Amino acid sequence: MAQLTCDNVILGYEKTAVTGLINFSLNKGDYLYIIGDNGSGKSTLMKGILGLRKPMEGTILFGDGLKQNEIGYMPQQTIVQKDFPASVEEIVISGCLSRSGLRPFFTNKDKMLADEMLSKMEILDLKKRSYRELSGGQQQIVLLARALCATQKMLLLDEPVAGLDPETTEELYELVKKLNREEGVTIIMVSHDMHAVSKYASHVLNLVKEPVFFGTAEEYFASHAKGQEDK
Amino acid sequence: MELFEKLMYYLSYPLVQYALVVGVFIALCSSLLGVTLVLKRLSFIGDGLSHVAFGAMAFAVVLNFSNQMLLVLPVTVLVAILLLCTGKNSKIKGDSAIAMLSVGALALGYLVLNVFPEMVTSGNVAGDVCSTLFGSASLLTLSSKDVWLCIGLSVFVIGVFVFFYHKLFAITFDEDFAAATGIRVQVYNILLATVIAVVIVLAMKLVGSLLISALIIFPTMSAMRVFKSFKSVIICSACTSVVCALTGMLVSILFSTPVGATVVAADMVLFGVFALIGALKG
Ligand SMILES: Nc1ncnc2c1ncn2[C@@H]1O[C@H](COP(=O)(O)OP(=O)(O)OP(=O)(O)O)[C@@H](O)[C@H]1O
Ligand SMILES: [Mg+2]
Repeated sequence: MAQLTCDNVILGYEKTAVTGLINFSLNKGDYLYIIGDNGSGKSTLMKGILGLRKPMEGTILFGDGLKQNEIGYMPQQTIVQKDFPASVEEIVISGCLSRSGLRPFFTNKDKMLADEMLSKMEILDLKKRSYRELSGGQQQIVLLARALCATQKMLLLDEPVAGLDPETTEELYELVKKLNREEGVTIIMVSHDMHAVSKYASHVLNLVKEPVFFGTAEEYFASHAKGQEDK
Repeated sequence: MELFEKLMYYLSYPLVQYALVVGVFIALCSSLLGVTLVLKRLSFIGDGLSHVAFGAMAFAVVLNFSNQMLLVLPVTVLVAILLLCTGKNSKIKGDSAIAMLSVGALALGYLVLNVFPEMVTSGNVAGDVCSTLFGSASLLTLSSKDVWLCIGLSVFVIGVFVFFYHKLFAITFDEDFAAATGIRVQVYNILLATVIAVVIVLAMKLVGSLLISALIIFPTMSAMRVFKSFKSVIICSACTSVVCALTGMLVSILFSTPVGATVVAADMVLFGVFALIGALKG
């Protein structure tokens, strides 16, 4: 059974639909790129998958042992205030809350998991640093570590490289690729970076045109090339 | 030495002891909430709600409630929940909603006090309004019942804070992420709104409604000058607030200055000191 299935889903705000009819399913270990112009509904679809917005039509199903609150999420722009006083440690471990239920404190297991994720992201040395004093790229990687504390099954990343320099971008992509290849984490990535799509994607969802395109990366580039020729 | 004897003399009165205990608890609670409120960019909810509480208090006076809290507390809690939970999606944006409520409640409250002056027992409308707004001497007129109510509510607030500390952190830092990991954000927002309303109604006794924002904002801002993690900011702001409240109250007893204004002045001085330390640390 697929981990995530979108069955005839339409998403929108109040009564206006912002996306076309979306149909796709993802298996464990897939690497999906969602592309589309600004305002085509990429972030809205992310919120639908996370359960923050109900779809106007259709259903979003989870299977293969994945529950909706077991998805790690890296938001588009953290609206986090610039002067928010929090240490890297505090932020990363807050990802563990999904498992703590009503328990008011973190267990040693949570703390060890947070440390493990920090070292996996190669930022163990930043543990005690203040989040607001980090560079934009370091902040993104901290948020990635937080998402990993929430899950090791599926990661949703909404334009994680926006505003990063090419080197840090590459670093972040490699980290995500490693998670995908070595640990079998399913990745859903929103991006405008077509170069990265051709390099990393196993599947592509293009929200921009009606009908919404979904297929493997090869299918996407084949149809894309054909589209160019037709013009 | 004379000052010290004078202080000891005053401290032997139960009324003064009550006032100190209540003052410390209120300062502690409002500083705890202050951190969350300031970081959520809701510093002004304190101001707005305190005016709502003032309006409700005016109605309670006119309607001749024996215990004004019975009207003030539910009304304030309700308004707080409305403000916090509809904030993001409502047609009227959060800050304008707060401003409208705040001004409206203040005006209505003052209006009813003037229309029905015979219900105001002291017979002095202006004086009564002034004391509700600025706190004045009401702290020295507390009964032991008031004190226990205050302590009970404070313990509730502190309990909520300790028990849900990590969840409050997650919701304050990033509401969407918290919701995505299955934290029931709306439930905690309602809880937070209730606690805020309770603290504000309590704090009105100490500094009056006009100066509540100061009690919420100053300790947090002071702590944020120097400390950089969430936990240390909370602890520091709680300590700062308690120290300032105690100092302010003692000074006001010794030199017969108005309580609320003195406490806030102490907070301002400490903010200056912390800002200086922060600047020196770089
Ligand atoms: N809270 C909201 N209420 C009403 N409409 C909204 C809301 N948020 C977004 N929209 C609308 O929904 C559409 C899709 O927005 P969305 O944020 O999903 O786009 P996006 O594909 O993520 O764009 P970007 O590439 O800029 O991130 C836009 O037309 C936007 O105006
Ligand atoms: Mg977006």
